[in-house]
Order: sequence, then structure tokens, then C-alpha cells
Amino acid sequence: MSGGALQTQGLTRRFGTFTAVDKVSLSVAEGARHALIGPNGAGKTTFVNLLSGAIPASAGSVALLGEDVTAAPQHARVRRGLARTFQVNQLFAELSPREAVVLAVSERAGAGGTWWRPVSSMPALRGEADALLDLVRFPIAGRDGRTGALAYGRQRLLEIALALAMKPRVLLLDEPAAGVPPAESREVLEAVSALPRDVAVLLIEHDMDLVFRFAERITVLAQGAVLADGEPNAIARDPRVKEAYLGTMEVGVGEVGHG
Amino acid sequence: MRVLLHALPWLAAIAAYFLMPEQLPLLSSIAIAALFTVSLDLIVGYAGVVTLGQAAFFGAGAYTAGLLAQNGWGEPLSGLLAAAAVATVLGLITAPLVLRSGALAGLMVTLGLGLMLYEAANKAAPITGGADGLQGVEVWPVLGVFRFDLYGQTAYLYSLAVLFILFWLAKLIVASPYGLSLRGINGNPRRAPALGVPVKARLTAAYALAAAYAGVAGALLAQTTAFVSLDALSFQRSADGLLMLVLGGLGSLYGALIGAAAFTLAHHALSEASPIFWQFWLGIALIALALFGRGGLMGLLRKLLPRGAGS
Amino acid sequence: MAAAITVLLDGVASGMLLFVLSVGLSVTLGLMNVVNLAHGAFGMVGGYVCVVLLSRAGVPFVPSLAAATLAAAALGWVLERLLYVRLYGRDHLDQVLFSIGLVFVMGAVADWLMGARQQLIQLPEWLSGRVEIGGIGLGRYRIFLILLCGVVAAGLHFGLVRTRFGARLRAAVDDGVVARGMGLPVGRIFSLTFALGSGLAGLGGALGVEVLGLDPNFPLKYLVYFLVVVAVGGANSVIGPFVAAILLGVLDVAGKYWVPQVGAFVIYTAMVVLLLARPDGLLAKARS
Repeated sequence: MSGGALQTQGLTRRFGTFTAVDKVSLSVAEGARHALIGPNGAGKTTFVNLLSGAIPASAGSVALLGEDVTAAPQHARVRRGLARTFQVNQLFAELSPREAVVLAVSERAGAGGTWWRPVSSMPALRGEADALLDLVRFPIAGRDGRTGALAYGRQRLLEIALALAMKPRVLLLDEPAAGVPPAESREVLEAVSALPRDVAVLLIEHDMDLVFRFAERITVLAQGAVLADGEPNAIARDPRVKEAYLGTMEVGVGEVGHG
Repeated sequence: MRVLLHALPWLAAIAAYFLMPEQLPLLSSIAIAALFTVSLDLIVGYAGVVTLGQAAFFGAGAYTAGLLAQNGWGEPLSGLLAAAAVATVLGLITAPLVLRSGALAGLMVTLGLGLMLYEAANKAAPITGGADGLQGVEVWPVLGVFRFDLYGQTAYLYSLAVLFILFWLAKLIVASPYGLSLRGINGNPRRAPALGVPVKARLTAAYALAAAYAGVAGALLAQTTAFVSLDALSFQRSADGLLMLVLGGLGSLYGALIGAAAFTLAHHALSEASPIFWQFWLGIALIALALFGRGGLMGLLRKLLPRGAGS
Repeated sequence: MAAAITVLLDGVASGMLLFVLSVGLSVTLGLMNVVNLAHGAFGMVGGYVCVVLLSRAGVPFVPSLAAATLAAAALGWVLERLLYVRLYGRDHLDQVLFSIGLVFVMGAVADWLMGARQQLIQLPEWLSGRVEIGGIGLGRYRIFLILLCGVVAAGLHFGLVRTRFGARLRAAVDDGVVARGMGLPVGRIFSLTFALGSGLAGLGGALGVEVLGLDPNFPLKYLVYFLVVVAVGGANSVIGPFVAAILLGVLDVAGKYWVPQVGAFVIYTAMVVLLLARPDGLLAKARS
């Protein structure tokens, strides 16, 4: 396989006798819009944790931009261009959204150790932070309030802005729409669609509406292994996929936009 | 309006100098307590590392300055620097021990280290004077000009000047990207590394910085009273500091000033009646603050003052 | 040789005492994840109740011990229901402030009622003096301590492993959320356990008047000892804290006997070293 943005070879994770992720080989191309779907318990979350380095792999390898990072810790992968959002919000409740993004930007820019000048005297940090919040269409009015008081959908937007502040080449979006009330989910969808094209995105999602609108390629995981991999149309027609989801979810091109 | 608010505590401190000439030693002790509370605010309020042993650094600074002056080097400013240096080194040595394990074990390590140092000073009586305290501390005039007088005029203005400078340095630090990263770590220690924040290094620096501040506060006490006792290292001092901090309001440097002033004045008034009486009400205050919120006096003030003032 | 045996016996006796005093704290810390620096105050209360009954009211020693235990348990139960229950799940700083405040208040009250001086008690005849065993003089009270505390420890171990309450308690320790989901009255289990731990501390305080002394400073003076027992021993068994307490007792007595110039330094050093060497066990559980 040639050097994609993110590649796994036979990636496996066992917990005791239970194999959560079973020899998964996946390739995310540069600038891809790739989605990873699968019924509950298919091993999606474990797989993301293996990719980001939150947990070590039992076997197999992970390559990021052609370099083997199987043994690299989380923050080293972040530095090499892999960023992720979290499924459950992991934000800074007491900081304002703007402060949180400024923090992320200043750390990426290597300014995090600067103690001798106030943030307010560093307009570049604030400018970049605002640009990122603009990119995810975070409303200007809410940028200085408490993050803890934000609506759930807004917190998801901030979550994406924080990941983008890392200037990633590969972005893992772990269920960005999960738990977002329908009224706010359009905001999240728009933010995801507006992601820069030079960033490869791997979307892990339950919301089929979002997946089929967004993805140009879909990988289906079932019982820890790859069940199918291909273009959205082919996946939607694949009988094995239908079977895997049978009774749990309706999958079909015809339903896109209504699901 | 905002400039006036920022100037207010300092104007009050200078006014107190003229209005209460008999109470200058009390005012000095407020300034020193305020600096100690600022040190606790940096590590507890901003960085979120709870410590029960901050007195270790206060005492280390006090003994450093006291021993220097006792042994023939009474120059006060270099004494402060030496105290800061010793406390910083002590902070850097102990930080990995405190930060290594979980929050709870770290908390107990701070307690254990504080008690260890107290006991060491107690047993090292030939050097520290043990329970009798360090006698014969002779401090030279500040800048070679201002002699420490009987009324405590020099002592107060000297303490106030040091507090003023270090307070504004602390203001600068908490407003910097570094200060922001501390608040981020405090808010969500698990998420911060995912943004590339080197948590251990940042907290170690904060711990050492707070240690240096506490060391300078201790040195001020040694120099202005020409005496160091084991009290400087006591658990009581660490606990008092935490109370001043929460009384004023956690994570607000002005709160540290207000809390220290309120605490010291209350202590002065109540313990004159009876030390037991003081201890009782101190305990009640701690319980009430723990159960009913952290804003402290600063939280109250914020509700009364215009938005954005004094954070 | 004789000195070594005396030191060992004294050490084991004070270790047993420490165990009874501290075991409740390992529950508060491990089960409820509450940094309770006021644990020793319940020991102090037990001590004073015993002193007052024994010396002023003329009640015999054993009933005085029982009354001390019950009084401390009752106080623990009331404080848990009224105050501690509000601190579950709060952060450590609140718990630290609260419990230091409680120590100050209880110390001030003790000082006001009983004065700042060390309290003394007159042990009954049958517990005073020494017995000769194999040519070595052993204090009767030390032997009594070892036997009584041994029975308490065995009872606790048995209770935790064999009884229904023990099983529920262990379930609540392991996972409070799951235990609640299974319909266990976790709140009631907490209250009862807190009261039991406080009562045992009261018993320890009463037994300890003769060995550890008693004054309003008691809760802070021995705080480090309690914390070491908990930190080293862990929360999920009785055996862990028991072994830790015995080791600590022997180390402390031996240190004071052979290297008095170093004094309490030994214990504080041991605490820090042990905390660093073994930050898991209880503390790993309580960390989250």
C-alpha cells in the first residue's frame, strides 16, 4: 500500500480473551473524507483509541503520513499531525471558548511556556483562535462566556476548533453529532462540511444522515473486523452491511436526508 | 474607573501607614500573610495542586534569611533572593514527589514533607535554635539607607514594596500563555495533554514559583521581626494560608490580598479575647467556606462591582 | 535481647492501637473518597469520654471503653448525616478545609471543656504492672491491648468476608454506581460504616490515653500515623491496614527507643517514602 495519511496493518487489540479489534487494515488517503461505521459494540471506539495512542495495540501497526507510530505516545502523535475530538465532551468548563482555543493555539505555536507577557499583548494568538472559531461557525456572541454554560452543540463546535488548532493533517472525529439535539445538529454538520480539504478526516459516527452526506468512502466494522469497505453507494447496497444493521438501523441511499 | 479599582488596595495600604502608626507591626504581618497567600493562590488556585505543606517553603525562606543575617550577612535584598533561591530549589526537588502520584497521595506527600522539615528544624537545634527559635538576627538597613526602626515603619514599607512588586509579577504571569495553560490543566488535566500541554513540566514550574514566593514571604518575616521560630514551618501556617485563600476567593490575586487582611485582622481581634475562641471560630469559618462555596469575599465583591473589574 | 523483646511487644501493642484508630479512615478515604483529616477527632472524643467516666464518675474501665466507643460512633453518625454527606464527590480542597475546620472546632471545644493539659487515667489493678514470662517483664496493659485489638481485627475481617453487610460494603467499595444500580442502599451503608469507623476510633482513643496521651492536639498529632496506615494498607481488606499499622507501631517505638534524637522524623520519612513507593492500592482507587 502506498503512503496514505493514516494506515493500519492488522491492527489488533485484545482485552483478556475478548478481541475488541481484530486485524483491521485500513487506509485513509490524504485529504480523504472517510467514515467508519458499525453497529454498537463493533469496536469503533477502541479502534480510535488505538489510532490516537490512548491505548496500546496488542498486534499490528499504525502509520501516520508514512511513518510508523505504533509505539509513539499520544502527544507525539499529536505533534506529527494527528488530532482527535472526544466522544464525551472533554472541555475546559471554567475557561471561555476563546481562551480554550487560544490555549490550544499557543501550545501548538510553542508559546505555552511564555510567562513574561500577557496573552492580551499577543494579537496573533487571538487572531488565529478567532479564525478557527469562525471556521467552525462558532457564534461571536458566545466566545467570552463560560464554556460550561454552553449548549451541547456549541461545545461540539468548540471541540472541533480545538482539534483544528493543532493544525492536523489527519483529524479523527469521534461521533461529533452524538448527544446533540436535532435543533443544533445542523450547526455541527455545517462545521464538519467546512473542514479544510487538506486535512484527511476519519469520521466515526452513528448518524447515517451525516455519514452519507459527508463521506466519500466508508468502512464498516462489525465484531471488531472490517466487514466492508468502499464508496457510499456500494456500501448502501451491500447485503452484508444490511444484515449487520438489520433491525437496528435502516441503511439506504433512498433514505438519505430523512434518517 | 478600573485603574482606580486596581489602585484601591495599595492606596488603602499607604493610608493605613499614616492612620495607624501604632499598628505598623500588624500591618507588616498582613503584607507578609498576603504574599504567602499569593503563593498559595498560584499553586492551589491557578494550577489546582492542593498542598498542605506550603509552610515548608515559608519556613525554608525564613531560616535562610535569618541564618544569613545571624551569621554576618544582614543585607536584606540579597537575603530575599537567597531565600527565594533556596525555596525554589526545595520546590524543584519536591515537585516530582508531589506530582508523581495521584492527587490524594500528592496531598499527603505535601503534608509529610512539611512535617519532616518541621521536625528536622526542631531537631537541628544547634543551627536553628530549635523550639527557642533563631536568636541574634541582625538585618542591615534596606538599600543601605533605611534602618529597621522600633516602630516598624521601615519594616512595613519594605514588606509592602516587596508585596507590590511580586503581586504585579504574579498578575503578569497568570495573564500570560503560561498562566492560561495552568488554568487549562486545573480545569481538565486529562484533556490538556491532548492539546500538547506538557502537564508535568508546567506544574513543576508552578510549584517552584509558588515555593519561591512563599520563601520570600518567610524571609520578610525573619528580617522584619529579627526572629525565626518553628511556627514558620508549622502545619498551622499552611492551614491558615489555605483559609486566607478561600476566604478571599480562590484563583483571584486580589482575593488573596483581601483574605489575608481579613484573616489577620480577625485573628488579631479574636485571639486577644482568647486563643480558644479564635480557634473555634476559625474552624467554623473553614467548615462554612467548604460547604457553602468558594467565591469568598472576592466573589461577593464581584457581584457588587462592574463586570471585568479585578480578576 | 530483653530490650528488643520489650520494644517489639510495645511496638506491636501500639501498632494494634493504631490499627483500631485508623481502620475507619481507610473506609472513609477508600469507600467515600473523602479526605477526612478529622478522623482523629473521633479518637479524641472517645478518649475524653473514657477519662471523664473513669476518673470523675467512677465507672469501671471496661464499661467506660464501651461508652467511649458508642459516643464516638453516635457523633460520627450524626456528623455524617448532617455534614459529611454534603462533601461526597466534592473536590479535595473542600474536604481538606472542612475537616481541618472540624478538627479546630472539636479541639477548641475540648480545650474549653477539659483544658489544654495532658489527661491521665488510673488503670484498674488487673491491668497495671508487669508479668514475668521467661524472665522478661511484659506490661499487662500491652498484652491486654494486643488481645483486645486482635479480637477487633479478627472480628472486622470476619465481618467483612462472611456477613451480608460485609458483602454489601465490599460491593459499594468496588463500584458505588453499580451497587446503587443493584438496589443496595449505598447511603445507609456509608452512614453505618462511618459510624462504625468513628466508634472504633473512639475505642482506640480511649485505649490510647495510657499509651499515646490525650490533649486537644491529639487529632493533628497522630494524623500522619493514620494517613500512613491508610496509604500503605489499602482499603479493600482488613489485613492490609493491619499489617501496615503493626509495622508502623514497631518502627515508631524502635525509633524512639534507639534513636531518640531523630524522633518523629523517622515516621514522616517513612510516610513519604511509602507513599512514593506504593501510591496505588487504596490511593489508586480514590484517585479518580
